[in-house]
Amino acid sequence: MIPATFDYARPGTVEEACAALAEAGEDAKVLAGGQSLMPLLRLRLAYPDALIDLDRVAALREIRDEDGALFIGAMATHHQVMRDPLVRAHAPLIAKATATVADPAVRHRGTFGGALAHADPAGDLPAVALALDATFLAVSAERGEREIAAADFFVDWMTSALEPDEILVGVRVPKLGAGWGVHYEKFHRTAQAWAIVGVACAVRRERGAVEAARVALTNMGPTPVRAAEVEDFIAGRTVSESSFREAGERAAAGTSPPGDLHGSSEYRAHLARVLTARALTAAASA
Amino acid sequence: MPRVRVEVDGATYEDDVEPRLLLVHYLRDRLGKVGTPIGCDTTNCGACTVLMDGLSVKSCSVLAVQADGREITTVEGLGIDGVLHPLQRAFHEEHALQCGFCTPGMIMAALDLLRENADPSDEEIREGLEGNLCRCTGYQNIVRAVRRAAGEMRTPARDREVTP
Ligand SMILES: Cc1cc2nc3c(=O)[nH]c(=O)nc-3n(C[C@H](O)[C@H](O)[C@H](O)COP(=O)(O)OP(=O)(O)OC[C@H]3O[C@@H](n4cnc5c(N)ncnc54)[C@H](O)[C@@H]3O)c2cc1C
Ligand code: FES
Ligand code: FES
Repeated sequence: MIPATFDYARPGTVEEACAALAEAGEDAKVLAGGQSLMPLLRLRLAYPDALIDLDRVAALREIRDEDGALFIGAMATHHQVMRDPLVRAHAPLIAKATATVADPAVRHRGTFGGALAHADPAGDLPAVALALDATFLAVSAERGEREIAAADFFVDWMTSALEPDEILVGVRVPKLGAGWGVHYEKFHRTAQAWAIVGVACAVRRERGAVEAARVALTNMGPTPVRAAEVEDFIAGRTVSESSFREAGERAAAGTSPPGDLHGSSEYRAHLARVLTARALTAAASA
Repeated sequence: MPRVRVEVDGATYEDDVEPRLLLVHYLRDRLGKVGTPIGCDTTNCGACTVLMDGLSVKSCSVLAVQADGREITTVEGLGIDGVLHPLQRAFHEEHALQCGFCTPGMIMAALDLLRENADPSDEEIREGLEGNLCRCTGYQNIVRAVRRAAGEMRTPARDREVTP
């Protein structure tokens, strides 16, 4: 199908983009890579009055080193992120998870910020941002900049904390120091498919024990969720198959996974337990 | 209506386009480049894959206005003076198509893959083409064709003739 009509603006700077978005009003939408939005427009599941296209806002594509953190611009494409030397060195979990997103053509257009702002519970990057305690930087013409913690960014199913007049500028990701191993475990039935369940995991080892772990789950509820019980259980235990299995048993606690044609909610709970044990094992040996 | 200037398969076009016009519709309906088919509404099938500034994109998920100032290559831009591109020839010779609907997209995605990796393994070929669906062939011959074309593209035809 052909999208319904809309006005179109192609700003060159963040300031121009904010002004255009404010002027276009509540029914305008930001267009990033279009890899989620274009299908929605074509299916007429969305019909915004105006699109503010960030494609030519070059400043938003930047990935930079900020001492203890990396700043990843919202318009950095998946293709760019998974190859970026800074990301690979200091946030390898992001590089690994991004490599599992969609396919090469989609990754050429789709963006890091778009995948987060879209807040799809089946998206791979929200759980990763949550596990890494990322901070989101948003800006609007009227209220200027503000920071949003990952734990507050994902509000509900396909709903982020961004206001209609706000643009996500980028995400600050604390660098993982030495001793951390990471893994993203994604379960899907066919190639180029969304996660039925995914587990983002970072483990810090010290002398044969797990000193700390960060675990967040994809598609186990309307938003990505932190598996706090797993993290608490595994901290301080020795690195062993049985401790990872026992930790995994706690992964579905407090979650409300959806049931759909890919799997029932009970099946997803089972997957979360098994995949969490696998993710911990892989991260601890990474 | 915004005005766009796009280079498609080596020729420059200037047109007024509605913002909602998809690149794939611009190519097919305005420029008559019907070599690029449309297979879905969801950006899943990859049939519409073209190169934009050298990178593969699904042209059903790009607006024509977004192609302004950019260079597009479709499957129609591959053969030169009636001589098939090595990928086109390999698809033909390895029977990598049946109905042919997926073929233009497959070839463009394969071209993108070979740009990054001149000598991919079967596994890497399958991953590189994961965004392109074929409902006929079962993919075996597609993988074989890409491997064969990769070999030819690494060794230009001239050299092959002297070293059998
Ligand atoms: C075939 C296919 C398979 C896919 N498979 C996966 C997968 O396995 N895993 C996965 O995680 N994703 C997958 N995706 C989605 C992909 O990751 C998209 O890139 C992503 O969801 C959206 O990013 P985008 O840049 O294309 O955003 P767009 O589609 O342009 O925008 C998405 C939404 O976010 C808003 N938005 C975007 N950027 C900003 C910003 N800077 N500020 C404010 N709002 C913004 C838009 O207004 C819109 O509502 C798939 C997509 C396709 C087409
Ligand atoms: S028509 Fe573009 S991906 Fe199917
Ligand atoms: S040859 Fe028919 S879809 Fe691929």
